[in-house]
Order: sequence, then structure tokens, then C-alpha cells
Amino acid sequence: MSTTQGPGTGTGTATSPAGEPSRWDRMFREITTGSAIISVLAVVLALVVGAVMIAFTNENVQASAGYFFSRPGDTLAAIWNAVSGAYSALFQGSVYNFRRPSFAAGIKPLTETLTFATPLIMAGLGVALGFRVGMFNIGGRGQMLIAAALGGWVGFAVDLPYGLHMIVALVVGILGGALWGGIVGLLKARTGAHEVITTIMLNYVAFYLVSYLLRDGFLKTPGSNNPKSPATKVTAVFPDLLGPNYILHFGFILAILATIFTWWLLSRSNLGFQFRAVGLNPHAARVAGISVKRMYVYAMMLSGGLVGLAGINQVLGTTTSGFGAGLDSGIGFDAITVALLGRSKPWGVFWAGILFGAFKAGGFSMQAAEGVPIDIVLVVQSLIVLFIAAPPLVRAIFRLPVPGATRRKTQVNVPQEVAAK
Amino acid sequence: MSTVAPVVQPAQPTTPEGPDFEFVKSWKVTIALSIFTVLGFLLLVVFGRDGTSTMRLSTSSDLIQLPDVELPTRVTGIVITVLLLLITGVSVWLVRAKAKAPIWLIAVYAVLVLIGFLAWAAADKSIPVPGLLFGSLSLAVPLIFGALGGVISERVGVVNIAIEGQLLAGAFTSAMVASLTHQPLLGLLAAMLAGVLVSMVLAAFAIKYFVDQVIVGVVLNVLVIGLTGFLYSQVMAPNAALLNQPPRFERINIPLLSEIPIIGPVFFRQTLIVYIMYVAVAVVFYGIFHTKWGLRLRSVGEHPQAADTVGINVASTRFWNVSIAGAIVGLGGAYFTLGSVGAFGKEMTAGAGFIALAAVIFGRWDPIRATLAALLFGFASNLQNVLSIIGSPVPSEFMLMLPYLVTIFAVAGLVGQSRGPAASGKPYIKS
Repeated sequence: MSTTQGPGTGTGTATSPAGEPSRWDRMFREITTGSAIISVLAVVLALVVGAVMIAFTNENVQASAGYFFSRPGDTLAAIWNAVSGAYSALFQGSVYNFRRPSFAAGIKPLTETLTFATPLIMAGLGVALGFRVGMFNIGGRGQMLIAAALGGWVGFAVDLPYGLHMIVALVVGILGGALWGGIVGLLKARTGAHEVITTIMLNYVAFYLVSYLLRDGFLKTPGSNNPKSPATKVTAVFPDLLGPNYILHFGFILAILATIFTWWLLSRSNLGFQFRAVGLNPHAARVAGISVKRMYVYAMMLSGGLVGLAGINQVLGTTTSGFGAGLDSGIGFDAITVALLGRSKPWGVFWAGILFGAFKAGGFSMQAAEGVPIDIVLVVQSLIVLFIAAPPLVRAIFRLPVPGATRRKTQVNVPQEVAAK
Repeated sequence: MSTVAPVVQPAQPTTPEGPDFEFVKSWKVTIALSIFTVLGFLLLVVFGRDGTSTMRLSTSSDLIQLPDVELPTRVTGIVITVLLLLITGVSVWLVRAKAKAPIWLIAVYAVLVLIGFLAWAAADKSIPVPGLLFGSLSLAVPLIFGALGGVISERVGVVNIAIEGQLLAGAFTSAMVASLTHQPLLGLLAAMLAGVLVSMVLAAFAIKYFVDQVIVGVVLNVLVIGLTGFLYSQVMAPNAALLNQPPRFERINIPLLSEIPIIGPVFFRQTLIVYIMYVAVAVVFYGIFHTKWGLRLRSVGEHPQAADTVGINVASTRFWNVSIAGAIVGLGGAYFTLGSVGAFGKEMTAGAGFIALAAVIFGRWDPIRATLAALLFGFASNLQNVLSIIGSPVPSEFMLMLPYLVTIFAVAGLVGQSRGPAASGKPYIKS
């Protein structure tokens, strides 16, 4: 794919001179066609595949399958136990735990879900913003690390009054992410260096830089050989939203604000208009007088800033006891999937982030309670995105009718579903 | 993910490099060379070290023993810096004369930088050159297979972000099959099949369902990481003796060739997979540029409409070539388990697929150049290993960072606007 066009699109109004809708337009329409039912079915399908995997690898199921033909009921019961056990653990670990006595305790998993979702939403927004400008930001890891390193340093080394300290750390962190993303944008604009290469490389650079700083630099905890930073000072830590019993913190509010900001930026602001124009067709944007190069720089800075917000969120909110070089824990990459699932739209990313947060929270409790490896969550997540991206497949599996009339009658060879509205 | 936005130059993305590019003065190369020369001056002269750097050129088992090369560290640094300055001057002169710096000049420059750096780092120590190169090749093997698969796939018009997934799938299945059957060759075959399988999913979604290829690629990576991780924890790890103890390929010394000084021990005392790799590089290069198959493949990737018009079936050409690409990448995955490590581990490819992807772009979608880029990555990673053994004066993190920094500089300064196959990443809808 040409990087001038990224996955996900907003308006879907661009058409090529031939009058044929652009592929983004097509994809957009495809995604929106019966999107609710397709999305639900995609989740169902993915869960079914996950269930099959759980059942096949379960020891009890394997044992009872040995005498399946004499007592098939045993196998079925074992399958049911394995699958329902795993999925109810997933639900109880992510939404509501029925085993707890009170509502206040039972709802705790949901707050964990939202806490896990917070950085995913923030970083997902950053990646989505990049997609909308036609850039693929795989550099989430590096941007998070740099943001956490700079903002985290402000958090533990500077003395400021309560509140102001947090804001300063937050701003420094966001700037750190923006700086790391901005390098990519600048390189692309000035030299044409491919952002996929530079973001991947900067991930490693950031990782080793932060590793060094933690081991021997300004992030080192004095008197400790552990490559870990000192704890964030109380004055900079995000306040709890629901009191000290819950882990949900102010970061979630920031995630909502970031979503609103990104939505406003992309659909209401002048800059966002230019972003989308560049993302849809950089040639046309250039002809229209938009400085495409400048947009690349701005977009990567904003994208990096949003991802950086996720990084600083981890330091000031989630793990305030000090951070190591593994702080991003895959969020930078998960964010790509979140952005794809959210179709690069801010509110789509928001809900996708919450769904993935739920999987993450539930996955841990599933692993602990039922011994099902958390990797199954990755399988289910990726299948959801895959199925949602291919509605014809989902329709074919469930034998759904192909809705609407075909828009492009000329394309006789295209499978009907594809051209379908 | 193939073409860089053709915004800087006004031409259409499908226009081949025309005469309007040739006379554009580009200072990028010169600027990059100047930066490196200044860095070289700082490191080799200002912070120059005293002592003698020894380069060991032979291993003890070699038939022909070369003497160790001993370089006085500071003098070497000064000489190298002067040479670097000269080349930079030549490149300034070339740009003024509206000529492009030839690639060999840059290569010479790079080699000089390398020698200078090695000599500097090895003051009063000795560097085992064959060991350094051998390790580099070992680290580069999966990258090369990955890059070859990436080149084929992108040349035919399907962006392959899923290299990582194909490598991992290959590593997993080859470990499992080879352990079960005690036949490394069967493991190799299984790895190819696994790569093909991942490729087919990519191809099916990209070609039949027109899903964005980047989406499918990214998602497939996650899917394979999840699948192999799940199966590893659930099935493989509990039965490690049965399922995760694959026999490894033996090293085969090629008679005569393996006795060539330096080159012999590095290239011709390798395992079967590495020899397959040499063949694969040659076959892919020859195939893409000198056969009917390659012509068709490239035409489908550059201009599918035109290819379709002359009767080439675009969808099936793409499907089968992406599958072939998967088979090649799968071999690279098998190298992890049957060649180097000897057992499967969770996420053992650790981003090699992405480095391979970078090699594809760095190598400008050319099998040979992509191979060289992969070798460069392998060398840079292994340099750190070697220097950490002999005790490097720089913190190890900066050594580890070096390959990636060099890549960024190289991509920004030397490669610049790389331009992939025109139709790569675009689904072809027959009309």
C-alpha cells in the first residue's frame, strides 16, 4: 500500500476522476454496511474459535475424548466445563464478579478494565491519527518510553506543589512523545525516509537509551542496582477517581478528553481537514495548496504526543512505584490493533480500547482461575479485527443476505458482496 | 507500505524514474557523509585511544593460517579520518559537477568507518574477525529469508507486514514436527507449509475480500503470536521432551571452499539451511529479473490493469506468489529452531520480521540489496556481542543502539525516497 493512504478513512467522499469510488471510499462503505450486526457476529465468531482452541487443548476434554464413542456425554460435558469456565472467568475478570458479596466489590473488575483501556485508548488515538494522514506509526513503544522517561523524571526529581506537578509532568511527557514522533515526521518530510523503518528503528533506540538512563543515567534510583526509576512523588500522581479501593485513576478522564480532542481535531478543525485531505490523496492536497510535508510533521508530532500521553499515564497513574524499560508492555503494538478495530475514528478507537482493556483484564483472571494461557486473548482480538474487516466472509459464514443493490454495475466480475453497499 | 509518498517530486507515482531526477542536485549523501566524518574525527582523533588493535583473521582450525593484523590504534584513526574527509570532499565535488556519488564510493566509505571503529574499540585487544562475520551471518539468515519473502510479496503487489508471523509460525511448526519425527528435513518442510498457510490467509483476505493489506498483516502477526504462545503454554511446554527437542542440522564443511581464509569459515562451514539460503537468494534474484515468471510477477505488482489486459490472471498470480513468499519466510523461521537456538520459545523471533521488512525497504525491493541490508543488520547486532566480550569502552546500550541509528541515517541520507512497486498494497478489482 502506498503510505500516502493509510487504513481507515473518515469521509469516504473522495472519488477518482473516472467516477469510481476510491478504495478508501469502498472500504468505508463496506465497513459501515450493517456494521453493528457484522461487528457482533465477528465477536461471536472469534469467541467460537477461541472456544474450540480452549476445548481442544483442555486435558479433561482430551482424556474423555479417548472414549468418546462409548460415552460422548462425558466429552461434551468436559468441553462445556472448559469453555464456560474460561469465558465466565474472562467476564468476571473484566466486567462484574458475581462471587463478590456487594455491588461495590463486584464491579471492581470493570474499573480494572477501564484502567487497562486507558493507555490503549490514548495510544490507539495516536496511531489512528497517523493512519488518517496516511502514516503508519509503529513507533508506539519508543514514543511511550521517551514520554515516560522525560515526564517520569519530572515526576520523581522535581519538587512542585500538588496539581501543578502533575500537569508539568504530563506536559513534559506529551512533549517527549511528540518529539520522538516529530523526528519521524521530520525525516519523512525532509528526506523521504520511510516512516515504517524510522519508527521501528526509533523504538529500539528509545529502548536502549532508556535502559541506559535507568542503569546509569538520570533515571537511576540512587543506591540501587535494579534498572528501575525511583517512585513518582505523591504530588504528581494522578488522583483516584473512585477512592483508594479502586485502581481507576484520573488517566481515564484524560483518555476521554483525548478522544474528544482528537475527534474535534479531525472533524472540526482546519488542521484536521488538511490532515484528512493529505491522507485521502496527497497529490490532490498538494494541488489544493496544503503543505503536505508540514502536515506529515504535525501529524507525527500529534500522533507521538497522544502515544506519549499513554506512556506518561503509565508512570503517573498505573505503576507509580517506578518504571523499567519494559514499561510499554506491548501497548504500542496493541494500539495498532485498537486503531484498526476502531477504524481510525476517535470514538471507534475509544470503544475498541475498552473492549481490548476488558480482554486484558479478563485474560489475567482467566489465566489465574482456569489456567488458560492469556495468549488466547491475542487470538480472539486479532480474529475480531480480521472478521470485522471482511464482512463478506462473516456474511458467508452466517449465510446472511447480501444487503442493498450493487453500486457499481460495471464490475461484473467482482463478488457481489464486495460491491454491495 | 511500499511507496513513500511521492509528494516531494511532482511526477505521478507510476512514472518511472525519468530524466527529471537525474540532474537534481542532492546534497543528502554529502550531508550524511559529512556528519559521519565529523563523528569519526571526534571519536577517532579527539577521543582517540592509544594502543595496538589486533585483528585475528584465522581460527585455530584453519588450514591456511593468516597472521594477525596489528594496527596502532591512534595512527589508524588519524589515517581513516583523513580518508573519510577525502571521500566527503570527492562527494562535494561530484555534486557540484552534477554527478551522483557512485555506490562503491559509499561502500568504501562504510568499510573505512567500520575499520576505524573496530580499531578504536579494540585498542589493546584483539577482534576475532571470522567469528564476528560468522555470527553476523547467523543472525542475518532469518532476516534474509524474511526479506526475500517480503520482496516477492511486495513485487507482486501484496504488502507483507506478516513476515514476523510467518517466521514465528515456521519456527513453531518446524520445532514441533522435527521433534516428533526426529527429522530436521521434515521440520523444514513443515515450516514452509506453515509460512504458506499464513501467507494464504493474508492473500485470501487481501485478494478475495479486499481487506487492507496492512491491517491483515498486522493482525496476522498478533494472531500467530497468540496462537503459538497459546499452543506453546498449553501443549508444547508440558511435553517439552516430546514436542520441543528438535534435532538440529549439522554443520557441513564444503571441501576446499571451507579452507579459503576468512571467507571459508564464515560462508562454507554452515548448516543446510544457510546453503539453501544462498540458493534462494540467487534463484529469487534470477527469477524476478530474468524469467517469464518474474516478468509476470513484476507486471502484476506495477500495473495490474496492463497485466490483466495481456491475459495474466492477476488474482491467482498474486495468490500463488504470496504463498511462495510465505514458504521462503517459513524457512527463515525454521532456522531459529533447527539452526540456531534449538528449541521453540514464546515470541522467539523478537521483531526479526520487522527488521526484515525494514531490509526490504532499505534494499529498495531488490533481492540482492535487501540481502545486503539484512546482512548489515546482522553484522551490526553481532558487533555488539563481540565488543561486549572484549570489553567495549562505550556503554553496551549505545552499542546495541548503533545498528538502528545507522539504519536511520542510511535511510534518511542515502536511500531517501524509496519507491516500491507501484501497485503494491492496492487491491486489484477487475473491471
